[in-house]
Amino acid sequence: MSDLVIEARDLTKRYGQATAVNGISFTVEKGEIFGLLGPNGAGKTTTILMMLGLTEVSGGSVSVMGYDPARQPLQVKRLVGYLPDTVGFYDYMTAADNLRYTAALIGIEPKERDKRIASALDRVGLADVGTKHVGAFSRGMRQRLGLAEILMKDVQIAILDEPTSGLDPHATAELLETIRSLKHDGVAVLLSSHLLDRVQSICDRVALFNAGKIALIGTVPQLASQVLGGGYHVEVEADGVGLEQKLGAVPGVRQVESVGPGRFRLLAEGDVRPQAAAAVVNAGGSLRRLSFDEPSLDTIYNRYFQTHGGHPGDHHGAQNAA
Amino acid sequence: MAGTRAIIMERKMQREGSPWRGLSVVFFRELFDHLTSVRMLVLQFLVLLFGAAVVYFAAEQIRNTTAEDPFLFMRLFAPPGQTLLSFVLVLSILVPIIAIGLGFDSVNGEYNRRTMSRILSQPIYRDALLFGKFLAGLATLTIALVTLWLLVIGFGLLRLGIPPSGEEIGRLLVFLVVTIAYAGVWLALAMLFSIFFRSTATAALVSLGLWLFLALLWPALAQLFGEMISPQDIRFAALGLPTPDTLAWQQGLSRISPGTLYGEAVVAMLNPDAQSMTTLLAQFQGRIQTPLPLDQSIIQAWPQMVSLIAGMIVLFVIGYVAFQRQEVRA
Ligand SMILES: Nc1ncnc2c1ncn2[C@@H]1O[C@H](COP(=O)(O)OP(=O)(O)OP(=O)(O)O)[C@@H](O)[C@H]1O
Ligand SMILES: [Mg+2]
Repeated sequence: MSDLVIEARDLTKRYGQATAVNGISFTVEKGEIFGLLGPNGAGKTTTILMMLGLTEVSGGSVSVMGYDPARQPLQVKRLVGYLPDTVGFYDYMTAADNLRYTAALIGIEPKERDKRIASALDRVGLADVGTKHVGAFSRGMRQRLGLAEILMKDVQIAILDEPTSGLDPHATAELLETIRSLKHDGVAVLLSSHLLDRVQSICDRVALFNAGKIALIGTVPQLASQVLGGGYHVEVEADGVGLEQKLGAVPGVRQVESVGPGRFRLLAEGDVRPQAAAAVVNAGGSLRRLSFDEPSLDTIYNRYFQTHGGHPGDHHGAQNAA
Repeated sequence: MAGTRAIIMERKMQREGSPWRGLSVVFFRELFDHLTSVRMLVLQFLVLLFGAAVVYFAAEQIRNTTAEDPFLFMRLFAPPGQTLLSFVLVLSILVPIIAIGLGFDSVNGEYNRRTMSRILSQPIYRDALLFGKFLAGLATLTIALVTLWLLVIGFGLLRLGIPPSGEEIGRLLVFLVVTIAYAGVWLALAMLFSIFFRSTATAALVSLGLWLFLALLWPALAQLFGEMISPQDIRFAALGLPTPDTLAWQQGLSRISPGTLYGEAVVAMLNPDAQSMTTLLAQFQGRIQTPLPLDQSIIQAWPQMVSLIAGMIVLFVIGYVAFQRQEVRA
């Protein structure tokens, strides 16, 4: 294992009787993009606040870059950039002035300040509105300004709470691109989101929260094998005789299902497309189509909450009683 | 509100790093905000308007009196006798309004703008944020009051054509300090409510309501409660004198109001020949002919000054403790 930047062990947060976060453990590595998923009220934001030392930990421990956020919050906050789920700025100040204030709080040298602000604004596409008052900014522009603040801060870890909310598809794509470039710079990114397909496209690993616990954690294929009973789906369209048996004999294939004339659905332990193609050809069949069904996070998410109570599909539904 | 949810945990081990990191950054930004805000402009204008009118009439009155008065200049601030309005009275009413105007949205405003969690995720402690805000408010009030003070003195110089004596300057300086402390109490109170109430409107209303209560109702209630706690003694009443115990209770209770403390301190400083309640007994031991010297006046006003400053600190500390444990989530 390479260097861990975040290490949470049995992290717990209680609000009076209610337990918002119930003994979760996870680690995040340097340069990793880690996704926090789960329905509303599952404890994602609470977990984030504990990592930043912004709320007291009720039990367990968390270490960020080797520091304890409760006791060494300044060190932690110096290395971590945080984009809150609803980010706000001083409306009567310009975008650049808002960043200048934060830069002063961070302690960035005045000489370097303007340079960093300009390049950060440029990276999020706000360069030409830097001198405009934030009061006139749209939600998405504020979101991007929040991201610019993190870029300016030059951090080791970026924690983004629902960074895609309020962004149009184009802006979302740009945001994801920025997140990738952060990863490229060796920054670990922790993000919570309800846009499952986006999360899937960008995250190295995800943690699925349910009622204050981490129900599942790992890469998307790992989650898929846990939730969907393991496996990859390969669809084969081919004409030939006895193909079903031949495909079933391919190593790694667990099950073959005939879903129509000349159409088969394989449940396999991995990507068995080459072997399946070879099997069809060897059997003298003619291969028309071969497709690999990536297990989608959406499917995993919905299946999980179908089988474990909760509320599938409805990402903005009722609160989860802790 | 804060506090209800927080299960009291054993206090965390020593925090690392200076709690004052970022204090000056917060201070200067808040100060700049205050000084350039429309709100401050309006409040200043209000004071100037009332102050100018009152001081003008005081000056006219002084010019018409030919009686010899060692404290002629000070009469600008506090005319002798039963004047309906004096500059001091205007200040005692308007200073709380300005202070509340500066403080009522200082913390909850950050939550409402959603800037709180973003600011607190920067490498500063909450201490720096709260203290910077408070100091900036106090500095703004100081700047405003000093300006006003200088304006009145300048006006006096022009209109009366006499310079204030050294003693008068001393008295007026102490008066200025007392006024700033008085402003500080209301600022701390308004900030306390801005921590307790997430709605800025609620914080403003509660602050103003409390101010009205303490300024208008409390003096009468203090008399009433004082008599209830320690009833009048008929022997004193027969002589037409207040019962000392009752009087002590009434005074003590009425001093809960910062306005009373301020009034007493100001009277001690600016009306050295006035018969204040505390010198009432002296009345029977022979009338005081000469006004009290400056140092005696300061000694007389000292408890009130200390109480005002202590009240300010206590209110700030309560707010500080509440703010430390507050959830950053709006
Ligand atoms: N100050 C508080 N007092 C009591 N309970 C709280 C408090 N803040 C949060 N909670 C509870 O903690 C639980 C977790 O909330 P949290 O905000 O972490 O959820 P989340 O996963 O971020 O949800 P969302 O997707 O809606 O952002 C919720 O049940 C919430 O009601
Ligand atoms: Mg959340």
